[in-house]
Parts: sequence; C-alpha cells; structure tokens
Amino acid sequence: MVAVKETIDAVAALEKYEHGFTSDIDTEYAPRGLNADIVRFISEKKGEPEWMLEWRLAAFERWQAMEEPTWASVKYTPVDYQDLFYYAAPKKKEGPKSLDEVDPDLLAVYAKLGIPLKEQEVLAGVEGAPRYAVDAVFDSVSVVTTFKKELQKVGVIFMPISEALREHPELVRQYLGSVVPVSDNYFAALNSAVFSDGSFVYIPPGVRCPMELSTYFRINASQTGQFERTLIIADKGSYCSYLEGCTAPMRDENQLHAAVVELVALDDAEIKYSTVQNWYPGDAEGKGGIYNFVTKRADCRGDRSKVSWTQVETGSAVTWKYPSCLLKGEESSGEFYSIAITNGHQQADTGTKMVHLGKNSKSRIIAKAVSAGKSDSTYRGLVSVHPKATGVRNFTQCDSLLIGKECGSHTVPYIEARNGSAQLEHEATTTRLSDDQLFYAQQRGLSQEEAVALLVNGFVRDVLQELPMEFAVEAQKLVAISLEGSVG
Amino acid sequence: MGPRDKPEGDGFQVSRFNRVLKINNLHVSVGDKPILKGLSLDVPAGEVHAVMGPNGAGKSTLGYALSGRPGYEAAEGAVAWKGEDLLALEPAERAAKGVFLSFQYPIEIPGVPALTFVRTALNAQRRARGEEEVSAPNFLKLVKAASEKLRMDFDMLKRPLNVGFSGGEKKRMEILQMALLEPSLLILDETDSGLDIDALRIVADGVNAMRSPERAMLVITHYQRLLDYIKPDRVHVLVAGRIVASGGPELAHQLEADGYDQYLPAAA
Repeated sequence: MVAVKETIDAVAALEKYEHGFTSDIDTEYAPRGLNADIVRFISEKKGEPEWMLEWRLAAFERWQAMEEPTWASVKYTPVDYQDLFYYAAPKKKEGPKSLDEVDPDLLAVYAKLGIPLKEQEVLAGVEGAPRYAVDAVFDSVSVVTTFKKELQKVGVIFMPISEALREHPELVRQYLGSVVPVSDNYFAALNSAVFSDGSFVYIPPGVRCPMELSTYFRINASQTGQFERTLIIADKGSYCSYLEGCTAPMRDENQLHAAVVELVALDDAEIKYSTVQNWYPGDAEGKGGIYNFVTKRADCRGDRSKVSWTQVETGSAVTWKYPSCLLKGEESSGEFYSIAITNGHQQADTGTKMVHLGKNSKSRIIAKAVSAGKSDSTYRGLVSVHPKATGVRNFTQCDSLLIGKECGSHTVPYIEARNGSAQLEHEATTTRLSDDQLFYAQQRGLSQEEAVALLVNGFVRDVLQELPMEFAVEAQKLVAISLEGSVG
Repeated sequence: MGPRDKPEGDGFQVSRFNRVLKINNLHVSVGDKPILKGLSLDVPAGEVHAVMGPNGAGKSTLGYALSGRPGYEAAEGAVAWKGEDLLALEPAERAAKGVFLSFQYPIEIPGVPALTFVRTALNAQRRARGEEEVSAPNFLKLVKAASEKLRMDFDMLKRPLNVGFSGGEKKRMEILQMALLEPSLLILDETDSGLDIDALRIVADGVNAMRSPERAMLVITHYQRLLDYIKPDRVHVLVAGRIVASGGPELAHQLEADGYDQYLPAAA
C-alpha cells in the first residue's frame, strides 16, 4: 500500500509541478546538500534501526574518499552533489479532481505507452480513481493490494525496502550490500548512504512466485537525486520474474538517478529481471534529461542457479549501467539481453560483466544497440573466467544498427580467460539502416516512421522475445516512440 | 477534392481520365546523371503494357520514379494515376493509392517475419484509405489461400522476409504481396530474372490472375521470354531514357530477333 500511495503522490506532485507550481510546500525536502546529518535525517525519516544508520554513515564516509569514475565513454556536465536534494517526500494533498484537469500532454504520453484510461487516472493522481485499478498499471502494487494474501500464502515477501527494514531486518541485514559492497564504486557508495526506497523481494525455498512482480519508478521532484535500492533473494529452488519500469517528466535540468540492484540466487534458484527504462532523455538540443548511473549485479551463489537480465534502454541523457552476474555456483548460468536505443544527444555506455567462478558455469550475452540522431552508444562487456572454473561457456553477440550519419556506436569487449577449458564465442556486427530497406517498406505502404519502427523492431527481435509479454508490447511501442524523427 | 468527386456532368471525360496512367515528358536524373529524358507513356486501366529496353536504358529508374524512391525525383514532367498527381505524393501515399512495384531484387528484412511485414503494410494502406484494418484470423485466411495459389510453403512466411530465400522464392514473395495488397497500378521490374521455367509459369499465373479492367500493368523487362507468359497489349521500347517505338505484341518478337541495335542511333 505504501508503494501505491507513494506512486500516486509522486505523480500528483509531478502533475502539480508541470502546471508551473514551483514552491516547495507540497513536498517535504531535506535541506539541500549532503553531509552526515542529511544521512541521519533520511534514516530517521524512515524509522530505521541503528545498525542501518551506521551502515549508511560508513558508506557516506567511503563515498567522500572516492572519486567519480571517468572511464566511461560519456561526456556530461559534472553533478554538483551539494546542490541536490537527497530526500523529497511528496506530502499528501489534493490532486486533480478529474482527467480534465490533468495536463493533456501527460495523458498523451500515457496513451502512447498504451496505458488505458482508468490507469491514467490513477497515474495522474485523480481523486476518487479506483485504487484497485493501480493493479493493472503497476504489477508490483497489484501484488501488494490484490495478491498480497496469495503471495503470503506461499511465503513470498514483496514490499518497499524501507518497510522490509522494519519488518524483516534480519533478512535485509544478511543480504544488503553482499552483492554490491558499499565501496564497490562511486555511485554505489553514494546510493548506500542516501537511498530512499526501492523494492525488497524474498522467495522462500522451492516456491515458484505465482505472478510477475513489478515496480514502476518515476523521478518526481525537481533538483532531486533518485537513489533507489532493490534487493531480491531467491532461496533454494525458487523462481521469480521481476519487472522494472521507469519514466520521468521533462525538465531542463539534468537529474541524477543512481540506483543499486542486488540479486541473490541460491541453489537451483532462478531470477528473471526485466527493465524498460524510459527516463527523460533531454530535449532536441541535448538540454536536460536524466543521468542514469546504475549498479546492477546478481550473485549466482548457488549451484545451478540462474539469473537473466533483460533490459530495454530508451531513455536518459546519459546511461552508465552494466547489469552483471557473479557465477559462483557450479553450473550456474547468467544471461544478458539488452536493447539500447539512443537518439538526439543521448549517450549510453552499457553492457554486462559475466564473472565465471564456478565450474561449468555458462553465460549468454545478446546486446543490440540502435543509434540515431547525434547520439553515441557503447557496448562495454567483460567475460572473465577464473583459473579454477573449468568447463565454462560463453556466447556473446553484439549488434549495432546506425540510423543516419551523425551517430556513433562502439563495442568494447573484454575477455579474460584464465582457464584453458573455457569455450568463449564472440560475434559482433555493425550495420546501417539501409535506404533499400526503408524504401522497400515504404513502397508497401508504411510511412517513414512506421518503416523505421518495423525495421528496428526486427533488428531487436531476439531480445524483445525475452521480455514478459506485457512488457514486450510496451517495449515495441517505446522503440517506435524513441526513434520518432530519427530519419530524414 | 479529387477528380473522382466531380459531379456526374462530365462523367465520361472524368472516368476516361481516371483510368489511365499518364506519364508526360518525365525527366529524372540520378545523382548528376540524366537517366529519363522526356519519357511519355499512357497505360489505360485494363491493359498490360511492356517496357523493353537494353541495360542502362532507364527501366528500373522508371519503376523507382513512379513509386517515389528518394533520389529518383522528377526534374520535369508529370505522372498521374487515376487523375492523382503521383509525383506530389510520398511513397507510402502512392502505395495507398494502389501503386505497387515488384522489385527486381527484393530486399531482405531481418527479424521481421514475412507475415508480420505484409500485414503491417496492408493495414497501413487500409488506415491511409480510411478502411478498417484486417484482423489477424482473416489475414491468415487470405494468406493461406494466396500462398497455395503460388505454391508457397506457408511455414516460409513465418521466417524473416526474404532472408535466406532463393531468387525464385523472393519473386514469389513479391507476387504474394501483390495479391494481398491488391494494387491497381502494377509495375513489375524484371520479374523473370532469376526464375526457372516452372517458377516463371507460377509467377506469371499469379500476375495474370491480377488482370482486371480496373488495373493497369507495366511490365518492365529486358527479354521477351516473360511476355510469352504475361501477354502484353502494347509493347514500348525504352532506349536512352525515351520511348523510341511502340507497337503490339509482335514488337517484342521483333526485338528478340533483331536486338536493340537498330534503335540506338535513333536515340543518340
């Protein structure tokens, strides 16, 4: 329920903001800037246990001693970390009374995304909109509201991480930071110090989670960093599929999103994690947009455990993201399916790391990059095989599609094989969207934009097929939307 | 308001006008090179006209110019189909008006199943014409019937369009699309190339099945062979960007015997 309320409030706040409301009265902020007191403030607001506060403070200390990484192939105006708000909680307030009061542009976006009207009301925070309708939009929330009993019956825990810290502190304490250590990297340390919320999932041994779990993220307040934290634990022999959706309103300023996602798969467990990321990419001149600096990592610590990352990255001004797998268990397996679409002035440096530590572990990487406009896309990947890991297999395929003449695409694959028995395959292609194909499709009746969308959807088909059905449809539409105006 | 919407008064004139592909003094350059240099041609609906010519005469350019390929814009001249100024339209708009170009070398579309491609195209055209889209089950019925006539394996249509298809399969795929899209102005560019005699017969049957009083067909070919199967009402000789001779079907046989040489000085 907390998640429902938060989302509704957040979107209502956004809606208010879009109407030119600039005062802060409706949102409760921590004072601007970052210091140990802000960390304490956040922890206190969340009613966290003492150990959590200490954990955050330690992270903050580490972060202060670290330097922002510069190795990624992206350029951006540096973030002034003292000029951000690290805590912004929209207060409950009156939302728009009906759809008529909601910004039609916003509705148009939802309609384009294929979200039906009733859910739009909920998204827009219209008062009196049926709360259960949230179910249809946010599967995460639907689980909490409609299916909570059903999930409880099988022992699945699915709740905001702030709630889990109060209700299941022992589980959170055991696993938090065990996959992405506090000091892993600059943004992970920052996140550890100031994360506000996110999802917590625990699937007990032998349980196949009866439904998709999902969270829908939206950056709301202005000049505010978003630092969500997700922790998913699949106990022995369990299975779950988790979906993550992200959108953000249009703002002139750049906004920072630095999330950490940790997955833990024990023996014979399987986690399927899908993301459709559509943060605001900035305007046509490259002004504004989200900096998406995210650390996602899965720990396949159990034998025969399996984690599969599927991502559709269409938004953000700058993306820095490498969902990875530590394949510790014997015969564990990691998969990474990625579609990264950049247009306008977007920059994406994304890929994966498959670290093979367990015997006979295997991994599969299919990365598709589509670059248009003046955008730049880099696939950066690491396949590493530990000396003791025998019988490792990897297959990597990186395909790039260029639309127009001003975009760039790069592939930077690292392979470190320290065991001679490893079988590693790497394939890479770069092609340009051909005039022949475009004209052929147009001759058969497709408009230029329809033709581009169809051809690009064909190019990314292998990956789209990995998405759960409802996301695949949304993703397909997103592909079309994000490439509008990319040709001619 | 198109000519079609005009009142009944000058009905005869209008309908005559409506039912002709009129190409008048068409000039097209590709890059800096003039290819079509004042080509004029009329093809009334209900008729099949063949355009024959040596390599480099501008045959494929004619097909591209009529269908609106970027880079093949007319520098001069006019093209009208059913009274509609084709040159003012985008390629997709022309397609919705009934223009279909069967490609000499059909293009491969990776990742897009043939079925998806054709259905997307059909529905895009129908939307453009304000018609209702075809539902998936109805579309499948249409495709099954059409593919059987062309003796195509239905499973092949689930594969990405033209990817790994043989030359003959690609040409059949073109004719299948034509049958499903039901165009009114059919332009066949070297449809016989790459076909063995059995495939040629099947493809020709498919084309002949499309003949109707409402449709005009332009068969562009280098060889007379195709015209044994798709019998033209008129034959035009295209040399160096102009029509240099026109006649009945016998002209094709004459060309087969004598070659294009006799026309070359005339064009020079």
